[in-house]
Amino acid sequence: MWKWLHPYANPEVSYHFSVKLTPWLTAIAAILIPVGIVWALAFVPADYQQGDSFRIFYLHVPAAMLSMGIYVGIAIAAFSSLVWQLKLADASAAALAPIGAIFTVIALFTGAAWGKPMWGTWWIWDARLTSELILLFLYLGVIALHNAFDDKNLAGKAAGILSIVGVINIPIIHYSVEWWNTLHQGATVSKLDKPSMSVEMLWPFLICFLGFSFFVAALGCKRFCTEVLARNSMRPWVRALATAQEKK
Amino acid sequence: MMFEANLSYRAVFVLVVKRDLTIALRHRDDIFNPLLFFIIVVTLFPLGVGPESTTLTRIAPGIIWVAALLSTLLSLDRLFKSDHMDGSLEQMLLSPQPVFILVLAKVFAHWLITGLPLILVAPLLAVLLHMNELSYGALILTLLIGTPVLSLLGAVGVALTVGIKKGGVLLSLLVLPLFIPVLIFATSAIDTAAMNLPYSGQLAIIASLLFGSLTLAPFAIGAALKVSTN
Repeated sequence: MWKWLHPYANPEVSYHFSVKLTPWLTAIAAILIPVGIVWALAFVPADYQQGDSFRIFYLHVPAAMLSMGIYVGIAIAAFSSLVWQLKLADASAAALAPIGAIFTVIALFTGAAWGKPMWGTWWIWDARLTSELILLFLYLGVIALHNAFDDKNLAGKAAGILSIVGVINIPIIHYSVEWWNTLHQGATVSKLDKPSMSVEMLWPFLICFLGFSFFVAALGCKRFCTEVLARNSMRPWVRALATAQEKK
Repeated sequence: MMFEANLSYRAVFVLVVKRDLTIALRHRDDIFNPLLFFIIVVTLFPLGVGPESTTLTRIAPGIIWVAALLSTLLSLDRLFKSDHMDGSLEQMLLSPQPVFILVLAKVFAHWLITGLPLILVAPLLAVLLHMNELSYGALILTLLIGTPVLSLLGAVGVALTVGIKKGGVLLSLLVLPLFIPVLIFATSAIDTAAMNLPYSGQLAIIASLLFGSLTLAPFAIGAALKVSTN
C-alpha cells in the first residue's frame, strides 16, 4: 500500500521532487496571499465594534494557527524518523523549525499590535498569549539543540526526541496556563468573544490562511532542498549537480 | 562489583541507587552547593522586593518554587556527566538490564540527593518569607510530589545535552518550559491552602504529572542517552 512512497526515502529522488514542487507552491502562495490580503484590508466591511483595527486578524490568526501546526508537523516528522529511521524526516524537521519560530514571533508581534488599541496594552498575561510565548521557547530549544551538535544526524535525532516530548507537553502547558489565568487574574480584561464570523469576513480569511500555508510549504521545500544538499554534499549526485551548475 | 546476568529488576534498581548515593556522599559539594544556591536565591528576593511582610507573604510560594526549579536545574548537570566522562554510562547501556530500570534508579538517586534536602530546608525559608501558616502543609506536599517530576523531566534534557561541551545554558532553554505546569499547579495549591480551601485538586494534578512522567520519561531518557553516547 505504501510502496509508492519508498523511492522517496532516497535523498536524490526526494530532492528532485521538491525542486519540482517549489515553483508550484510559490506560485499558488504568490496568487493567494495578495488576493487575500487586498480583499481583507480594502474590501471587507469594518467590524462594528473594533472598526478597522480588526483587519490584523487576517495576519494574526493564520500565523498563530500555522505556528502550532508546524510544531505538530515537526513532531510527526521526528516520530517517523525515530520509528522508521527516515533520515529525510529529520531534514524536513530541521527545515521547518526556524519557519515555525518566525511564525510564532509574527503571531506574538501582531497580537501585541492588535492588543494595544483593543485592550489598551501591548501585553497581558492571557492564557493564549502566554502559551504562544512558551511555544516560542520550545521552538528556540529545538533550534538550539539542532545547532549544538556537529553531526547533523545526531542533531536530528536529539531534536526529534525533544520535539516529541514538547508535543506531549503542549496540551498540558496550554491547559495549565489557562487554569492559572482564571485563578490568578482578578480584573479580567474583557476578551473578545469569538464572533460568529459573517461569510464576507470568512472567505478572505480562508484565502489568507491557504496562502500562508502554501507559503510555508514553499519555504519548507526550499529549505528541505538545501538541508538535503548540505547533508549529502559528499555524494556523487550532489557533486554532479554542482559541476552542472558551474558549467552554466 | 560482579555483574550477574540474572539480577532481578529490583536488585538492579537498588544496586544503581546505592552506587550513586555512595558517589554523592564522597563528593558532598554536589549535595550542598545546589542547596546553598536555593537558600541564597530565596534570600535575594526580600532584598530586591522590600521587607514588607504582606508583599512577602503574597509572593513567598512563587519565590520558593522558582528557586526550587533553578536549583534543580543547577544540580541536574551532574546526573549523567561524570558517568559519561568515565565511560560507565556506556557500560550501563550495554548491560543486559533494561535501560528503563537503570535510568529510573539514577533519577531516583538524584532526587534523594538534591530534591529531599530542598524539602527539608523549605519550611525554614517559608518562615523567613512570612509565608501564611495555613500553607506549610501544602508547600511540603507540593515539593514532595513536584520535585520528582522536575528531576524526571530535567533528566530528559540532561540526557540530550550530556555529549555537548557547552550543555549547561542549553539545558535551561530545553527544560524550563517543560517545568511550567508543575510551577503553576504547585503555587496555586499553596495559595489555595492559604485561603483555607481544599487543595486536593491541584495535588491530584501534580500527582498525575508525576505518574505520567514516571512512566513516559524513562523511555525518552533512554532514547536520548543512546543518541548522546552514540
